[in-house]
Amino acid sequence: MFEIVILTLDSTVRLSTPLLLACLAGLYSERSGVVDIGLEGKMLGAAFGAGAVAYLTGNAWIGLLAGMAVSIGLALIHGFASITNRGNQIVSGVAINFLAAGLTALLGQTWFRQGGRTPSLPEGGRFRDIILPYAEELRDVPVIGGIYSELLSGHNILVYAAFVAVPLTWWVLFRTRFGLRLRAVGENPAAVDTAGISVTWLRYRAVIACGALCGVAGAYLSIAQSSGFIKDMTAGKGFIALAALIFAKWKPANAMFACLLFGFLDAVAIRMQGQKIPGIGEIPVQFFQALPYILTVILLAGFIGKAIPPKAAGIPYLKERS
Amino acid sequence: MLRFTSGVIAAVCAVFVATTASVAEPAIVYSVGGKFDGSFNESAFAGVKRFRDQGGAVREFELDRDSQSLQALRNFASRGASPVIAIGFNQANALGQVAPKFPETDFAIVDMVVDQPNVRSYVFKEQEGAYIGGLLAGMASKSGTIGFVGGMDIPIIHRFLCGYKQGAQAARADIRVLSNMTGDTPAAFADPVRGGELAIGQINQGADVIIQAAGGTGIGVLQAAADKGVLGMGTDSNQNGLHPGKVLTSIRKRVDNAVYDSLQAAKDGTFEPGIKVLGVADGGMDWVLDENNKDLITPEMKAAANAAVAAISDGSVKVHDVVTDGACPF
Repeated sequence: MFEIVILTLDSTVRLSTPLLLACLAGLYSERSGVVDIGLEGKMLGAAFGAGAVAYLTGNAWIGLLAGMAVSIGLALIHGFASITNRGNQIVSGVAINFLAAGLTALLGQTWFRQGGRTPSLPEGGRFRDIILPYAEELRDVPVIGGIYSELLSGHNILVYAAFVAVPLTWWVLFRTRFGLRLRAVGENPAAVDTAGISVTWLRYRAVIACGALCGVAGAYLSIAQSSGFIKDMTAGKGFIALAALIFAKWKPANAMFACLLFGFLDAVAIRMQGQKIPGIGEIPVQFFQALPYILTVILLAGFIGKAIPPKAAGIPYLKERS
Repeated sequence: MLRFTSGVIAAVCAVFVATTASVAEPAIVYSVGGKFDGSFNESAFAGVKRFRDQGGAVREFELDRDSQSLQALRNFASRGASPVIAIGFNQANALGQVAPKFPETDFAIVDMVVDQPNVRSYVFKEQEGAYIGGLLAGMASKSGTIGFVGGMDIPIIHRFLCGYKQGAQAARADIRVLSNMTGDTPAAFADPVRGGELAIGQINQGADVIIQAAGGTGIGVLQAAADKGVLGMGTDSNQNGLHPGKVLTSIRKRVDNAVYDSLQAAKDGTFEPGIKVLGVADGGMDWVLDENNKDLITPEMKAAANAAVAAISDGSVKVHDVVTDGACPF
């Protein structure tokens, strides 16, 4: 029983990582007042960039950088449309999603001729699992061995990076001058502007941070968790991350727990598929697949209280001129 | 501007039609995924290639999405191509609409039956191939537990699963078969991350041979199996080479034979409409033994697989088909 719990949690960690990275990405953007439903597209673009470059160079790190570059590029398009030109942020985000879905398939097919896939990555083109020190020796120690060797050890570096990014994001947002201004610009850009700080530049930095984190999320999918890009491989994770963000009320620690919860539900869904539960019988797998969305609605409606987005989220800032 | 654009388009179309109107060579419309998908469509392309190598010419179209199928089939038919071959169950609806409008044209479809007087329909007995796969998996397994990762939760995949279970039980009666479906939308055929996670889940429960019947998702399944040091098993095309020495075998669906067959028949003037059901007996389904997996297949396994092929062919072993025979008894 204990082993099943550990294995499920282990799976939870792997499944939560892309959600967590994308969720933190969205956090930066939305905290600055730029609503971003293009997380999905940016992840997909990054997954493709990382997969393609990692295949060509055989180097996972260069692949990761390429993925981040693609994602930041898409984020800048979003920024240009919604910050500089004050366009509708939802429309721009949807456009990014379509753009990424179409372009990755098209370019993938043109370059690699495998139906939009990138070829399987060579050795060194992937982030491999890291075995923490003494993991093998401790494996047989009861309880601690299971937790340390299975749950904590044996993930790739991006998983650890994602969980380190949580306190880091908290520190940046709530303990630095940049973070204070970032939050302020999402609540009341006029006040920030009055203080002589550029709203535009602040928001651009926020979407760049968003792009960078989405890039890591996408790279995780294509060059860490699997070996190569496959058409539409994000499979809606960007939208789940967005739900998690609302669920977390735009706070980093909450975001981590929300993503872990969604990852956990996914992991349980995988384990519970086709299994009979005593007294209940077999639970349809669709139930678990729908759970993240149902939970978001129920918990938001009744338990965690009202999720209030940053006040200026979604509103382009127009400096008044006399 | 609009008028100008449509004028240009009309002109281009006119030139295009004028130059191609007299063509009477055969045509093929690949399913979504394209002819280099490493799996189903690529198998069809192999049939086209074989025909071309013998001097034949074939026109091709690769669908980007299902809705293009109708137009593609109609275009080829109206330009006089014959036969026009549609690859994939998702084109059945479109072909059902196009075929009656071109009664003089021969059509063929793979993986679905379209009941029209000028259509030849190829369907495969996937369960028979899966039986061989299950048999080999059961013999190769040391733990007594084997796995199955399916794509979308549809009858054709359940048919495959049931055949796999039956074959595994024939190898050893106490075998435990773990099975997972990836999802219930077409996206379930393109989610390698989830496929890998499902495979890891099965490996953690003791599975040491895992077959994929999940298209693009299966790439993740085979990857996870190779990473974790257990055996994977491919389907549709020969996937042994994806991870040499880590893929036990591939259960091939010989779409290439079906395609080549209809092209050649049309060339010889012997093309006949109707339903063609291909199983292991006529080489429609088979398993692959090549240099990538020759060390994994023991002589006993090879003998058992060949015996099973013979037994299914002569009818002494009947593989359960969930589509016609009802729920899987295994």
